[in-house]
Amino acid sequence: MAKRRSALPTNTSDRIFDICNMAFMMIVVVVMLYPFLNVLAISFNTSLDTVKGGITIWPRDFTLENYKKILEYDTLLVGLKNSVLRTVLGTFLGVLCDSMIAYTLSRKDYKARKFVSTFLALTLFFSGGLVPGYMLVRDLQLMNTFWVYILPGMVSVFNIFIIRSFIDNLPISLQESAKLDGANDFVIYWRIILPLCKPVLATVALFIAVGQWNSWFDTYLYNSMSPSLTTLQYELVKILQNTNSTTNANAQSAENIANMVTPESIKMAVTIFVTVPVLVIYPFLQKYFMQGMTLGAVKD
Amino acid sequence: MKTLPLEVSKPMVVKTKKSVWSKILSQKYLILMSFPFVIWVFVFSYIPIWGWTMAFQNFKPGLSFSQQEWVGLQNFKELFLDHDFYLVMRNTLAMSIMELVAGFLCPIVLAVLLHELKNKYFKRTVQTISYLPHFVSWVVVSGIVIQMLSTDGGVVNQLLMNLHVINKPIEFMGKENWFWSIVTTADVWKEVGWNTIIYLAAIAGIDPQLYEAAKVDGASRFRQIWHITIPGIRTTITILLILSIGNLINIGFEKQMLLGNPLVQSHSNVIQLYALNYGIGLGRYSFGTAVGIFNSVVSIILLFSANRIFKKTTGESVM
Repeated sequence: MAKRRSALPTNTSDRIFDICNMAFMMIVVVVMLYPFLNVLAISFNTSLDTVKGGITIWPRDFTLENYKKILEYDTLLVGLKNSVLRTVLGTFLGVLCDSMIAYTLSRKDYKARKFVSTFLALTLFFSGGLVPGYMLVRDLQLMNTFWVYILPGMVSVFNIFIIRSFIDNLPISLQESAKLDGANDFVIYWRIILPLCKPVLATVALFIAVGQWNSWFDTYLYNSMSPSLTTLQYELVKILQNTNSTTNANAQSAENIANMVTPESIKMAVTIFVTVPVLVIYPFLQKYFMQGMTLGAVKD
Repeated sequence: MKTLPLEVSKPMVVKTKKSVWSKILSQKYLILMSFPFVIWVFVFSYIPIWGWTMAFQNFKPGLSFSQQEWVGLQNFKELFLDHDFYLVMRNTLAMSIMELVAGFLCPIVLAVLLHELKNKYFKRTVQTISYLPHFVSWVVVSGIVIQMLSTDGGVVNQLLMNLHVINKPIEFMGKENWFWSIVTTADVWKEVGWNTIIYLAAIAGIDPQLYEAAKVDGASRFRQIWHITIPGIRTTITILLILSIGNLINIGFEKQMLLGNPLVQSHSNVIQLYALNYGIGLGRYSFGTAVGIFNSVVSIILLFSANRIFKKTTGESVM
């Protein structure tokens, strides 16, 4: 490779281009990373010192106090529990449902295939909107329940189509031989299709998990009256916006403490606490989601 | 494709003699694996569309459907007569057009330049880092943005002060004129890396021999980009442009809700926030639904007309 490159003349303008490009990419990296490093540094800095300003990417007056303090908030721990639960359960159920329906849609001999596929695709163009969706959740008695985090978003048409285009590319012979051995359609899906779909399922699982972990609006809209159903992101919203909610007059509640003492450092500590789980996981799945993304989009 | 039905025509004839029930029975697993979800989609995606009828009623919760009072287009009339509605539309369109332009061009530029990087490891590192903000919630991004732009110790103000561009810190979050740019910049920062993925995949599909040939002919890097890379990803660019035009009005409300504050309300209120505040906040369900319908209809019209225009001019389309 190197030999072939050097065989071609590289002139000065090419070299200038490369240097400029490298410099540009360095700027991109700094712009992407600096805010996170800054937040991290502030979260490890004593709150009194933070007020003076001027913290860059290294804490000036190092402390673990901020993290100790936020771990004492009851609401944050309840939020953590609910966020983990909705992420795990929502991802598991989502991947299961999406892949199951995607498999049936990939079966050319399935008589209802056209109907189901059209029925699902139409929903990509229309949505009822905010108010009818809210009324539906209310009528189904899902308000102030944990299930409002799981049920409304359980089936994703977009994910179904991504998985289906992956299954369509698998060799059909495996399915046929299993069929000859007398396996029924569910067994074929479970034993043959699912294990082969690992890369695309990892992608979809990542999408769903990130969506679940990051969502706060459903908590705000449906469960803001139930402190036991709060989520991490919603707690962070309350802390960042410093809203003095009238329903929660508890002195131990996170937002009150954030108001009374050490706003900036505590806010940033909670931000890091909420962000780290996602940031730790995604680089490991990068190979998969890049495949999955391009599968869904370039093909259709 | 055509030979296949001929080969299996014999068993097919046998099958058609069987009753409908035995056909259903033979595919019972497939039916069991898909129809529960068809019902699910019906409940969560189709029933809300039935809820559109609310827009033509003076909807009162607790009454049955037949007891509701029908008011025709009253709610739409009210909407179009509301002065706030035009303000909200201005904000929605301004922010969505800014986002369409910036959010559409930046990933293409970044992807093309990433492709020009010679060092594979460096390229991969830049990619991984640029995806990072995509995985972070808007809640966190809004916190970060507010922190970066703060008047006491925010990095942007410090940088501008050190460069002597300004004498005293600018109150970015409190000045309404800044709001649109802040939202757009935050959005580009969050999504630019992620949106390069699809262009990089398209670029990877370009025949490397084209570049070799161009090099032999002495084409500069800019000429290579202009004559090989850009034409190579033109289809992808067009399709994504059509889709983003269809989504022009659906800019959401999360960022505006989280980054906005009472000081910048006149520039941060967007159509979905408006629907939320009136429809659910004030309990005017019928009015909120009317706003939602307006939103849906506009985006469908935009999608189809963008699709049509591009089909005529470039031959590319999504449908």
